[in-house]
This record gives sequence, structure tokens and C-alpha cells, in this order.
Amino acid sequence: MIIYDIIIVGAGSAGLSAAIYASRAKLKTLLLEKNRCGGHLLIIDLLENYPGFYKGISGFDFAIKLEMQAKEFGTEIIYDDVLCIENKLNVKKVITANSIYESRTVVIATGTSLKKTNVLGESKFIGRGVSFCAVCDAPFYKNKDVLVIGGGDSAVQESIHISKFANSVTIICKNDKLKAIKVLQDRMLIHKNISVIYNAIPKEFYGKELLEKVTIMDVNTQQKKDLKINGVFIFIGLIPNTHFISNLITNEFGYILTDENMNTSVSGFFACGDVRKKQLKQVVTAVSDGVQAAVSAQNYIEENI
Amino acid sequence: MIMDVDESDFSQKVLLSCNPVLVDFWAPWCGPCKMLAPVIDELAVEYAGKVDICKVNTDENMSLSSKFQIVSIPCLILFINGLPVQKILGFRSKNEIKKIVDIHI
Repeated sequence: MIIYDIIIVGAGSAGLSAAIYASRAKLKTLLLEKNRCGGHLLIIDLLENYPGFYKGISGFDFAIKLEMQAKEFGTEIIYDDVLCIENKLNVKKVITANSIYESRTVVIATGTSLKKTNVLGESKFIGRGVSFCAVCDAPFYKNKDVLVIGGGDSAVQESIHISKFANSVTIICKNDKLKAIKVLQDRMLIHKNISVIYNAIPKEFYGKELLEKVTIMDVNTQQKKDLKINGVFIFIGLIPNTHFISNLITNEFGYILTDENMNTSVSGFFACGDVRKKQLKQVVTAVSDGVQAAVSAQNYIEENI
Repeated sequence: MIMDVDESDFSQKVLLSCNPVLVDFWAPWCGPCKMLAPVIDELAVEYAGKVDICKVNTDENMSLSSKFQIVSIPCLILFINGLPVQKILGFRSKNEIKKIVDIHI
């Protein structure tokens, strides 16, 4: 059986960056991905804050470039779902849905999934009016009325994107103010078809074939109200994808704890990107994490094996 | 082989086809749709002769997206004898799609 120097789990910005550095350093590198390369990049319409890309770049184009660069340096990419990882003496066994792979080091770069509201009717209407991807679905709401749930950066940024198509965008936010950064809130004000309802949460989604109505509730007065809408976009935060590793590596609410060199609580295991407990979750910080994880893995191999 | 289908030939190529037809509703601005494209290419080869594979650009064929109530892409619909029998939403791996399609054919 081949023993890889480094297996990277997850091919988003962090995992692909780790793969580029690891394979360029001539480590035998395997990148395991459940779906397709790119992760959250695939739902970014325009990546406009990545230094060096004047006027921005689409998340998709950026993902393709990272993937090509990793392959160019010799990264092997296999599409498979990692079920669990066993830490044996000097070797780590990565067990997937279809196979078993062995490696000297493992980098966890599995990122996060979008959180659901778990409100009545939500799952019934996913793809029938309930969406988690504005880039994918906003154009279907031309001249329609849309509700956005959430109050952070994503909720406001995506509302601005949706407002270019929709007749109206109503943001419902569970707090008495939005958490989004000021530059986004200022930009939102220019778009006159966006309004905000504060202190409100969704209670139920209704409709026949497609979504037609959402009941919302004021968190202070408990008063309920029905809103007639055609679509709901949900941006209420993220959950780390660590179910397959959470019993092995120390984590906080699922987010993996690391030091500044991406070392986890278990030697030879590294974590990078959004899956790690950290303050700033951006493409540029994920890329930086990935690079550090690859270099730390390389140092580990040189010192220990 | 993958056929591009539009409003004018949808009936003939999809609804009146003797074979089951898997239709990929996509748009140029949709990242996950682009990621699905190579999967669709592979399916077209593997299902050659058994299932026809078509693509519909939702931007250019809005009447079809509204007829089949598409408000989220990527969206695959499997048609058998002119009827939509299965909708597959979001990015899926080749094996996931095959498992679903194989139930119907």
C-alpha cells in the first residue's frame, strides 16, 4: 500500500493551498474531496477582497486556478467521503466510503456547512423557494419578493446581490441590530428595495408546490405575522464539518483547536481554514492557514520520520 | 453525446423521446453548475443509448424553468415518457446521480 506523506481532507481554499505547497515541496500528496474542488468559493459571485485581484475574480474561476496549480505540482485528487481516521504508530489510516489510505500526516481542511433554521417546512421547500446560495438562485426571483434570514456579513452581502433581481428584499434579524461590517451596511442603504425587520425569527414556511408564505415572530412581544414571499435565503451561520474526527482531536463546539502553526492536539494532525477555531474566516486567511499547515506537516516529517 | 435543448425543440427531444431523458438545467453564472458539467459529460458516455442527456440554459429558456418550477440550480430532471419523474437538486457526485437514475430506468 502507498504511504502518502500528507493527506489533505477537503478541497476548499485552505485544502487546495496546502496541496499546492505540499506537492511543490515534493511531498507525496493526496487531496480527498467529497464533492468538487472549491468549497465555499463556488458560491462566491465576486471575490473582491483578495489582494492582487484588482476588480475581483469570480469564486469559481479562483477555485479552478487553485485546482490546476495543485495538480500541476503533482497533487493527486480523489473524490471520496472520509468516514473516520485512525491514528496508528507513525501512520494515519484514513477510511473513506470506498477505500483506505495511509499517510504520515493528515491535514483537516473540511470547512463548514451552512446552518439550517430547522423551522417547520424548511426542508420541504429546499429547492422550492428555500435557498442557501444567492449566486445560484437569485436570478430566479426577478421581480419577486424575497426574505433573507440572518444579520451577519453573508446575509447583508447576499441581500445586496439578490436586490439586483428581486422586487423587494426583507432581511429578518434576530437582534436589534445587524452584525455585518459597516462597509456592507452602508452599501445596503443605497439599495432602496432592501428593508430590515429587527428582533424577528422565522416560525414556519408554507406553500403548495412552491413556497408562498413565511410566519415570523417578534422575539420580544412573541407576536406572529405572515409575510407573503416567493423565496427565502438563509444565512444564519456555519457548522464545522468535523463529525469524522471530533473524538480524536480537541475541539470547541466542533471547531478544531490549533496553535499558530496549525498543530492540533494530536501530533501529525494539522487543521486549516474555516474548520479551525479562529476569529477571521476569509478566503485569504484560509489560504494562509493551508500554506502553514503544509509547511508544518513537512517539518513534522523531517523531524519525526 | 449531450444535446443543447431550448424552448423550440424541448417537446420533440425530451417529451417525445423514446429513451428516458436526463435534463441538466444550468446557467452560465452558476459555479456549482460548472462543477457539475464534467460529471454530466461522464454520465452521457456511461448512459449512451440508454438515457439521453440534455442541457437547458435557464437564462435563455425562462418559460421552461417556470414550467418545471425551477428556482434553484443546478437541477437535473429525469423525464420518462414525457413526464418528469425525478428532480435532483444541487451538486451531486456521479455515483449519487447514477443511484437515483438507476431506480427509474
